[in-house]
Amino acid sequence: MGALSIRNVRRSYGGVDVLKGIDVEVEAGEFLILVGPSGCGKSTLLNIIAGLDVATSGTVHIAGRDVTHALPKDRDIAMVFQSYALYPNMNVAGNISFGLEMRNVPRAERDAAVQRVAKMLQIEHLLDRKPGQLSGGQRQRVAMGRALARNPVLFLFDEPLSNLDAKLRVEMRAEIKQLHRAAQVTTVYVTHDQVEAMTLGDRIAVMKAGVIEQLGTPDEIYDRPATRFVAEFIGSPAMNVLAAEPASGGVAARGIGLPLDDAQRGALAASGATATLYGLRPEALSFADAGLPGTVTMIEPTGPETYALVDTAVGKLTARVPGRLRASTGAAVALRWSTSEVHLFDARTERRIA
Amino acid sequence: MSPGQPRRFDWHRAALWSVLALFALFFLLPMYVMVTTSLKDMAQIRDGNLLSLPTAPSLAAWSTAWSSACTGVDCGGLKPFFINSVIMVVPAVLVSTMLGAINGYVLSKWRFRGSETMFALMLFGVFMPMQVVLLPMSQVLGWLGIANSIGGLVLVHVIAGLPSTTLFFRNYYVGLPDELVKAAMLDGAGFWRIFWRIVLPLSTPITVVTLIWQFTNIWNDFLYGIVFSGAGSKPVTVGLNNLANTSSVVKEYNVDMAAAMIAGLPTLFVYIVAGKYFVRGLTAGAVKG
Repeated sequence: MGALSIRNVRRSYGGVDVLKGIDVEVEAGEFLILVGPSGCGKSTLLNIIAGLDVATSGTVHIAGRDVTHALPKDRDIAMVFQSYALYPNMNVAGNISFGLEMRNVPRAERDAAVQRVAKMLQIEHLLDRKPGQLSGGQRQRVAMGRALARNPVLFLFDEPLSNLDAKLRVEMRAEIKQLHRAAQVTTVYVTHDQVEAMTLGDRIAVMKAGVIEQLGTPDEIYDRPATRFVAEFIGSPAMNVLAAEPASGGVAARGIGLPLDDAQRGALAASGATATLYGLRPEALSFADAGLPGTVTMIEPTGPETYALVDTAVGKLTARVPGRLRASTGAAVALRWSTSEVHLFDARTERRIA
Repeated sequence: MSPGQPRRFDWHRAALWSVLALFALFFLLPMYVMVTTSLKDMAQIRDGNLLSLPTAPSLAAWSTAWSSACTGVDCGGLKPFFINSVIMVVPAVLVSTMLGAINGYVLSKWRFRGSETMFALMLFGVFMPMQVVLLPMSQVLGWLGIANSIGGLVLVHVIAGLPSTTLFFRNYYVGLPDELVKAAMLDGAGFWRIFWRIVLPLSTPITVVTLIWQFTNIWNDFLYGIVFSGAGSKPVTVGLNNLANTSSVVKEYNVDMAAAMIAGLPTLFVYIVAGKYFVRGLTAGAVKG
């Protein structure tokens, strides 16, 4: 029995289906990411897990107990909100211990919990301050402290880092990962940031329009995206996707043959797809002496690597090359890739073929 | 203006200040006349110069107005009426403000099917003329057996004030993040504990605004006071009216003015003490609501 089971959960608001049958099993200690564009239903799903919203149908079990209709306070969960939602009228210690106080934990135990959490998060010197006197990063820590104080069976995070600046976000991301490793509490984490998803998650559920498009480890999601949407959503710059028709020896886009290996050809034949999408991640492309000819139209150096936009006969392709690029805009280049890097999708269903 | 620059005469600013001073003078003049007249004796008043300062200032008229001026056949001054008003205003203000806070909390943070409609209907109460409720209300007070009593007046004022107090609190609470309530729910707090521990402590500005608003309205009310009060429960506004309308041999303007000042002082006092909250709270509510 998993720590959290979501079975066939649906949610509709006045005829609009926000969640269309979600099934997820989360093991104890696992870190699950819900990722997707805004409006995909990930926050609704989190609210249903928390008990702040009710499923139209389906069930939610936490630690083997059916909590579909239980009140939030009876679910033994803690949540970190995007806005942190610290109580402005209480100091940091009061914020952290409020949940314990509501559960009638004796004062001495509460104080001990506050000290333990403050030490863990290095906020001991802030305990007497009000939230209004804290910086963004400090508020974030207090919000996590409030969640940690109670030792819940399940942690929920609702885009906790999106209000922080870029540098702090990277720091806090690492800290959340360390905290999770130390505390080993089952966690569900909502984000729209694919980097957060890839770096934090044991498993990632990529959602779109109320459906989980793919549920898997970061490697599975990145290496074998199940749908075109997942392929394009995860990874930056996004995967190059070309419309291509099956042709002898593989597929062809605008009359130009694109290579497939034997296994991919077999899968394509078995699928019976009449139109396909040929996907290549930018890092799969490399510059070579021979290959697909094209012209560099734009160069974006980021420091450790360079993105080059190349205009070819099959369309515009983004290549991602390590270090600096010697070619300049307007240069004629040739692109090469290995068939093992190819992602092939059915153009009609947008599902993965190989 | 940067500090190093020599100050030049600013016509724009001068014009602004003159206009403001003129208006302040215009609105303060009646107050000046009231205060000076109340401190004069009748001989000086008969001289006829309204704006002159009292030659021999005395609080005799105030003392008369407070404890011995005649209102109809009673000659006990405004004091009993003033006390009635205090006994009426304190519970009416506290109860209507408290209920408004709870209503606003429910209508903003615990929405239910039809809560928006209910709020829209309540808004009618804000704009409804007071006269409309006179007859039905007197009927109800009669049924409840509290007609002509201070208790009845308290009930009338609580009910009449609820739409405004609800509106104030509801619009203020709409600006409080919903996530605060959700976080408290997850922390294990229920409806009342969230209200007492989280929401109410964050309501100081709007509470002060509502208290002032209700205090002023109820203290200054004349219509309900004259319609629903009995012999022993008339509020100070009714007392003042009776005092000013009671004709004796000579019209004692100094006593009338002193009585009017006494009747008006509590609201003036409340504004001066809590006025800054009033302005702050009104604008806060306006921006957020």
